Amino acid sequence: MLESIWFFLWMLLWAVYFALDGFDLGIGMLHPILCRTEEDKRILYGAAGPFWDGNEVWLIAAGGVTFAAFPKAYAVMFSALYVPLLALLFGLILRAVSYEFRNKVHHDLWIFFWDVVHFFANLIPPLLLGVAFANLFMGIPIDADGVFHGTLMGLLNGYGIAGGIFFICLFLLHGALWLVIKSEGNLQIRALTAANCLWVIVTIVLLVFLWMTATHTALWDNYLANLALLILPLGALGAHFATPALLRAGKIWKAWGTNGLFIILVTFFGVSGLYPNLILSSLDPKASVTIFNGASSELTLMIMLGVALVMVPIVIGYQVWMYRLFSHPITEKDVQDEMLEEFDH
Amino acid sequence: MDVVMLSRLQFAATVFFHFIFVPLTLGLSILVAWMETRYVKTGNEAWLRHTRFWGKLFLINFTLGVVTGITLEFQFGTNWSRYSEYVGDIFGSLLAIEATVAFFLESTFLAVWVFGWKKLSKKAHMICIWLVTLGGNISALWIILANGFMQHPVGYTINEAAKRAELTSFFDVITNGFAWNMYCHTVFGSWVLGGFFVLGVSAWHILRKHQEDFFRMSFKMVAPWTLIMVLLLAISGDLNGKDVAVHQPAKLAAMEAHWDTARNVPFHLMVIPEEEAQANSVELFGIPGLLSWISFGSPDAEVKGLKDFQKEDRPPVAATFWTFRLMVGLGMLFLLLAFAAFWTRKNAIISPTLLTCLVWNIPLPYFALGLGWAVAEIGRQPWIVYGLMRTNEAVSPLAAETVSFSLIAFIILYTLLGVLDIFLLRKYAIKGPEQPIQEA
Repeated sequence: MLESIWFFLWMLLWAVYFALDGFDLGIGMLHPILCRTEEDKRILYGAAGPFWDGNEVWLIAAGGVTFAAFPKAYAVMFSALYVPLLALLFGLILRAVSYEFRNKVHHDLWIFFWDVVHFFANLIPPLLLGVAFANLFMGIPIDADGVFHGTLMGLLNGYGIAGGIFFICLFLLHGALWLVIKSEGNLQIRALTAANCLWVIVTIVLLVFLWMTATHTALWDNYLANLALLILPLGALGAHFATPALLRAGKIWKAWGTNGLFIILVTFFGVSGLYPNLILSSLDPKASVTIFNGASSELTLMIMLGVALVMVPIVIGYQVWMYRLFSHPITEKDVQDEMLEEFDH
Repeated sequence: MDVVMLSRLQFAATVFFHFIFVPLTLGLSILVAWMETRYVKTGNEAWLRHTRFWGKLFLINFTLGVVTGITLEFQFGTNWSRYSEYVGDIFGSLLAIEATVAFFLESTFLAVWVFGWKKLSKKAHMICIWLVTLGGNISALWIILANGFMQHPVGYTINEAAKRAELTSFFDVITNGFAWNMYCHTVFGSWVLGGFFVLGVSAWHILRKHQEDFFRMSFKMVAPWTLIMVLLLAISGDLNGKDVAVHQPAKLAAMEAHWDTARNVPFHLMVIPEEEAQANSVELFGIPGLLSWISFGSPDAEVKGLKDFQKEDRPPVAATFWTFRLMVGLGMLFLLLAFAAFWTRKNAIISPTLLTCLVWNIPLPYFALGLGWAVAEIGRQPWIVYGLMRTNEAVSPLAAETVSFSLIAFIILYTLLGVLDIFLLRKYAIKGPEQPIQEA
């Protein structure tokens, strides 16, 4: 029972991470598509500025919880996916640095360099997360001793790539919606157009991905065995189709919210399909890491449950407060003031 | 090189690089919070300028501390998967608590502090930086409780069937005295580093008569702080040594290059250990009974020598010995400098020699902290968890080429980032504070 609760919390933390960091990663990828002037760029940087760091902590929490609740899964997953995980890390490191360093030297080449870094550093994490999770859905070649027998190229298979592309599109849409909230005028109109186009693209990629999921993975088996679970994919579709309707009605916060819900439910759909497996072995089903052979002791799971039940609501509380505090659109005047202030000193 | 050595090198490279940024985050955040508190209490605009100037340097440093920390959390799984499986039941929960209790707090309120100058009341804004300080210093506690478990494991049992260590008492793990002493020593060290950073940058400007009033104000505020923290650092260091003597006798013997078990052991001011010969080629200026006394509080106490341990159970002697000696030597220097800065802080003219020394001293606390961790970690070898699991049993089943490749990638990326960060810190430190803000 405790193991199943932790399976749910584990899935929830990853899902919340995708739904939150998704929009700032998306904004980072939108730079070349939406920005025409330095002011535009600064608005995009500013739209993610106060949030990206706090969002990224959800990844650290998800990693930490994997370690605490399912140490064997943490050990096998992280060592098997060694190269993509380290590449993900390099992406996240460069992304953080690009936020901090870009405006510290006023030289065109310096700024151009960090803009390029920023774009790729926002592209790589969703790509690799998508590839990693698609491979986990399909199963990876690990033996009973947790040793990985695959290669990097093996991870970049058709379904893996499809997962990567799906995540990129998903996050692009999430970023565009957030930008509709955080911008004004022409930029907002462009963001809205982008959101509408991306919604169509996401719908197509989603259908392809779901179809490939049926042919490449056994995720659907859990749903056929337990039809009540179908509420997850149906809920995801409902949230996805609510987004453009809300957008047309001008309810942009709600549209961003339903898209976040969509991301969460899509994650739930995939991960629940694995249950009770955490890391599925493609070599031998008996070598899979499950919540039964991979969980921590009952005492640790109880203590961590206590910690999670107390801390997570508190964290959500102050993060919601922070989102409300910075919910205002960033205007051209804001960034012009910011630039003046920088050049003055 | 084999995969164990490569993984050790990679962990060492990434953890030391991470620890270039962490201590300044811990130390400077308190000082910035204190400056802002003075601004809120007195309404003196000068303190606002102090908050903004030192706050800017704090931020340039902060980001790299955060992102290089993620690397470490992942690396237990990527490179030390056997270790993670074996002690994850205890170790993993401490890391997860660190993230949920500390990292969220630190990152969220830092963002509010940076972007919220015009959105919050002065008081609420000040509270944000205190929460950042709290978050950072709490995160240090949890990660050091985790490291404390590796140094002196408590509150666990070995589950033979599952082939792993399992938690029996969470209370024992979080009240591990060994870990708390390490925490105090690390945090005081970081606060000293923050103090010397402010003193050093201030000294640079005072020497050049640039914004002298401003930097004299910083200097005057931080000099007493630094002295108090150096004294606490020394006390906590002594307590750490005593813990090591009791719980990690092989490490103590290596730190002191002490080969033969004996009572009433002297402390030699000059020693050169020869690992091969299992002896010291130079031992000069012995102070009778001092090593026994500093280790166990009695000049008659018996101190175990290295020869009492099997060769495969001894840490590398020369590395442990020299890093420890150097750290202590630097600690003495800090005491001297902190005292001189404190003594002359109100003088009409502070001695230029002292100011020059303080400028050159800026990097030294970084080295001292790195050396301290080297003593703790190299001295713990050959164990990854003292007495429980050996380092060479802990590594992931990876190909050596994979780890060589990632090690090189880390070195290139981190060198680049380190150079850029120091360049920016220097640039903004030299530039000095903003002009007084004109109220519209």
